[in-house]
Amino acid sequence: MALTLVSRRDPLASSREQLNRLATVKTCPPFKEKLALAGLHPLHATGITVFQINVGKFCNQTCRHCHVDAGPERVEQMTRQTAELCIEALAQTDIPTVDITGGAPELNPNFRWLVEQARALGRHVMDRCNLTVLLLKPQTGLAEFLASNRVEVVASLPYFQSSQTDAQRGDGVFDKSIQALQTLNRLGYGVEGSGLVLNLVHNPVGAFLPAKQDASQAQFRRELLRRHGVVFNHLYTITNMPISRFLEFLLQSGNYEGYMERLANAFNPAAAAGVMCRYTLSVGWDGTLYDCDFNQMLDLPLANGAPTHISEFDLARLNTRRIVTANHCYGCTAGAGSSCGGAVA
Amino acid sequence: MDTYYHPHDLSKFAEMGKGNKELWDKFIGYYGAVFAAGALSEREKALIALGVAHAVQCPYCIDAYTQTCLEKGSNVEEMTEAVHVACAIRGGSSLVHGVQMRNVVDKLSM
Repeated sequence: MALTLVSRRDPLASSREQLNRLATVKTCPPFKEKLALAGLHPLHATGITVFQINVGKFCNQTCRHCHVDAGPERVEQMTRQTAELCIEALAQTDIPTVDITGGAPELNPNFRWLVEQARALGRHVMDRCNLTVLLLKPQTGLAEFLASNRVEVVASLPYFQSSQTDAQRGDGVFDKSIQALQTLNRLGYGVEGSGLVLNLVHNPVGAFLPAKQDASQAQFRRELLRRHGVVFNHLYTITNMPISRFLEFLLQSGNYEGYMERLANAFNPAAAAGVMCRYTLSVGWDGTLYDCDFNQMLDLPLANGAPTHISEFDLARLNTRRIVTANHCYGCTAGAGSSCGGAVA
Repeated sequence: MDTYYHPHDLSKFAEMGKGNKELWDKFIGYYGAVFAAGALSEREKALIALGVAHAVQCPYCIDAYTQTCLEKGSNVEEMTEAVHVACAIRGGSSLVHGVQMRNVVDKLSM
């Protein structure tokens, strides 16, 4: 299994190094200039409908495109105390959706508690699942737990063939992912009328933009059913963000400047107007608040007078906060746009 | 100029509009309409374009339509088959002219 940037002591493990690379790229203008031309600078939140909690960087995989630099040797994990602060903050609001991510969020010892508490508050809960975690022996009963709590599973599957999937996520991951999807299907996930939602996430396996979401969804639906009898609800296409391990791939493969140019040339004002940071609050494993999971990995917390820690949660101030942007934001505004819920325009 | 082809020239394609904007605008309007989804999907049209790019051996088109095919959701197996289609037609085109050769042989021979 590949190692994380952190464990390799790679300079790109530093968010400062990544931000420096992003700030000095010559093939695209500063993001805020494009935003200004679209009449969106400075960008502000429009109210929070998604409370996203990143419970840590520990993961059983080390995918080549991972923006978190997650892996088995990462130790950052949200504590019960911080998880309790998240639930306390959530209880003060009527934010409808709780989106739990990682790392592999299920491997945090407080994951199931967090799910149960959020469900007890009547919130819709999403689990960003790498699928293979469902097959780990210590996680026996996880799929059943998710089903009994009516948790929406958002599962990563970059392609319907093993070669592409394994190239991005590691040898053998595709076969295990299919096995996990079949388990979820047996529980009713993705099956019409069950109410158990199984959505897939497709990231391109390389330095190019994702295909149109509707077209890809139709292709995945046809091929996964034909080849493996797998069904699902929706496919979300997500653009690879030029940070962390995907940035490393871009630099090593000589694709960095071309990819940034491609993102900037594909800047879509409609996608920029609908970016997820405008309606999402992202909580880090240590309780720090961010506009999105990408800003979180670049150590760009909320600024401009907004609360910066979950212990200072103040919905009114967060609802209209000014968003922190940098050149990586081109990843969310290219083409049809990209968000944790797929295309936006 | 040390080479006739340079990858960064691809992004200068629109400079062809400077010589005659009207013709350029007509071409680019037609081009966009051709590649929009119709009876064929955008993905299928990109695969055809990739095959044609190899048939006409245009390095700009091969570069552009390889990327486009990937971005339309095609995989390398499908793209390779598209190139084989171009190859088969080019090869078949040569071979079928062998019939002319045979016709001439028949006419000239006793």
